[in-house]
Amino acid sequence: MKAETPSRHDATMHDTPLTIGGRAFQSRLMVGTGKYPDNDTMVRAIEASGAAIVTVAVRRVDLDRSKDSSVLHHLDPKRFFLLANTAGCYTATDAVRYARLAREAGFNDFVKLEVIGDEETLLPDVQGLLEAAKVLVKEGFKVLAYTNEDLVTALRLEDAGCAAVMPLASPIGSGLGLLNPFSVRTIKRRLRVPVVVDAGVGTASDACVTMEQGVDGILMNTAIAAARDPVAMARAMRLAVEAGRAAFLAGRMPRRAVAFPSSPTEGLLD
Amino acid sequence: MKDTIDIVINGQPRAVVQGATLLELLADLALDPRAVVVEHNRHIVRRPALADVRVAPGDAIEVVHFVGGG
Repeated sequence: MKAETPSRHDATMHDTPLTIGGRAFQSRLMVGTGKYPDNDTMVRAIEASGAAIVTVAVRRVDLDRSKDSSVLHHLDPKRFFLLANTAGCYTATDAVRYARLAREAGFNDFVKLEVIGDEETLLPDVQGLLEAAKVLVKEGFKVLAYTNEDLVTALRLEDAGCAAVMPLASPIGSGLGLLNPFSVRTIKRRLRVPVVVDAGVGTASDACVTMEQGVDGILMNTAIAAARDPVAMARAMRLAVEAGRAAFLAGRMPRRAVAFPSSPTEGLLD
Repeated sequence: MKDTIDIVINGQPRAVVQGATLLELLADLALDPRAVVVEHNRHIVRRPALADVRVAPGDAIEVVHFVGGG
């Protein structure tokens, strides 16, 4: 289908590529690889999303049936930039351990750092996060830190040398959308490193509203993987991220409390 | 029969041939060393060194790879 081509030209024509840790990426949408109904759907959804960066997790090889469980059997690491996460880590020590293992896989020195502080909400442990970020930055990692929408934590992460800060829209896998646009906007306004919203987006309008805050990108997984049709949702997300970015760059009209006619008030009949 | 020793791989107790290297261990498990990362008693063993490290009784080995995740 050729109908999407114009949006590529017009909407993002004057935009610069998203650059993190000295690397430029062709899409502002990053996607996860978890929770898909099957691998074929995952691959087609990722392609439809247009994402350049895809996230992966580090886990034990299943020694009893290892053949097909690596995500790299399905994703070409030459086509996609693999961003390993430290999901499932509850301490700085664990997160550092997972990050080191991920780097040893040999693809890049980027890591999406997660240090979780609470099992029910999966909200980040910001103290552990900062601690791990400092260690990893010192070891030469490009750290993309998953954090909450707290400005002061975001500033501390930037000071610690993180390559990007990733405030949540709402809790991981919740699909609640952007709960605190003001805080996310404030973080974007105050930080120099890229701000990529990670987690919580539920549908295309959430992605669009998030990008309209001026953030540099969005990372999502469940919103696509758990949609009834993940491939179609991936396409919707690509368009929404592009639309939201374009609207941000275009600059929205001011909000008014009263109506203002769009048609001339002169030349009306007696 | 060769002597075996008890080690733990990915949390599972296993009996392996005494003096086996990590590279031989991976071969026994039918794992491609280029597709996994190995941790030996909490220290990452880089691929070129897998043939140099021999397991000892009680060793803890972790073999990891990338799986789907957000």
